[in-house]
Amino acid sequence: MSDTDLREQIERASRPDGGPDPAAAVRRFAGRAQKEGLLDVAYAATDSPLGELLLAVTPRGVVRLAYIDENVGQEGVLEDLARRVSPRVLEAPDRLDDARRQLDDYFEGRRPDFDLPLDLSLVGPFADLVLARTAAIPSGQVLTYGQVATEIGHARASRAVGNALGSNPIPIVVPCHRVVRSGGGLGGYTGGVHRKEHLLGLESGDGGAGR
Amino acid sequence: MTADRLGALPGFVVPGRAGRGRSHVPVPPNVLPVVSLPPFQIFLDRHAAELMRFLVALAGPNEAEDCFQETCLAALRAYPGLPPDSNLRAWAFTIARHKAFDAQRSRGRRAIPVAETPERAVVDEPNGAGAWAPLAGLPPKQRAAVFLRVAAEFSHGEVAGVLDCSEEAARRSAHEGLKRLREEMA
Repeated sequence: MSDTDLREQIERASRPDGGPDPAAAVRRFAGRAQKEGLLDVAYAATDSPLGELLLAVTPRGVVRLAYIDENVGQEGVLEDLARRVSPRVLEAPDRLDDARRQLDDYFEGRRPDFDLPLDLSLVGPFADLVLARTAAIPSGQVLTYGQVATEIGHARASRAVGNALGSNPIPIVVPCHRVVRSGGGLGGYTGGVHRKEHLLGLESGDGGAGR
Repeated sequence: MTADRLGALPGFVVPGRAGRGRSHVPVPPNVLPVVSLPPFQIFLDRHAAELMRFLVALAGPNEAEDCFQETCLAALRAYPGLPPDSNLRAWAFTIARHKAFDAQRSRGRRAIPVAETPERAVVDEPNGAGAWAPLAGLPPKQRAAVFLRVAAEFSHGEVAGVLDCSEEAARRSAHEGLKRLREEMA
């Protein structure tokens, strides 16, 4: 018997018909990890009118929301979480049910804001201040970068405010799209200005047409 | 493990090679290591299929799933403490081997002594276990060595690591196992 035949025999022997399905076993394992308190970062992908989103939660709350597109891949976001939060990262859609439902409701105009615990461990102390103020801007309203800077007591730091919002790890939920340039310009946005426009349009009540 | 194979693992960056899937979130330089552990999900997705096959080969199709869950749990528990440049694949196979041999031992304790070995008894069960019969006829260590050499294409040194024995003993187990397998399948 040749080595190739032998390899085929072993392949067949170790993958019997009706034998265990590794992908299903991995999905079951996420539940087990959760029960054992070993699921440090649970994530799931979800669809939205703005394209695919990746949502991640820790036991403390939502830690990351990322727009997944040709510029940002899921793997890169997960690697970043593994480095900066914990490598115990597992896909566990059940853990994200509430957040995904709230996102669906938001995009369909059934809720203006989110009621989710947040984990800001990816955020530095200055950005923490900026995001806390930003989170308090009601839907349908906007502030300028300069106004946010003034309100957090750093009147001259509007550029730093822009940078902090630009690296917001939880866009949409922490509504950094509600901060715009003075003089009517939209300013930048993590997911691209077209998305900022869409979100502001949605919140102004014209169904996300944007312009 | 050579730099080439290491570079093929997600999350590993081999000097002089472009990193894969870099995040758009800037990582401050000189704070975090260049080489870091891949997210556990990516590690699992990469190795789940071959680990399950290894466990089917070692523990049989009916016990493989339980062994797989135990293997993943032990791996996840220890994962954050691993040096980032570890040979993750060999490490995972080592845990799986322990879990399969543990299961076998406890099954041995539960079993009522009969003329046939417990492995033979499993062969009669459904779920395509018949295809597993030739492997099941080998002693566990030879079974593991044969799988690791032929299906996982491990070096004798890597097999020795997984089986926690000398390289010479690993070589012997693989050799004996292959010989018996060839005879049985001839």
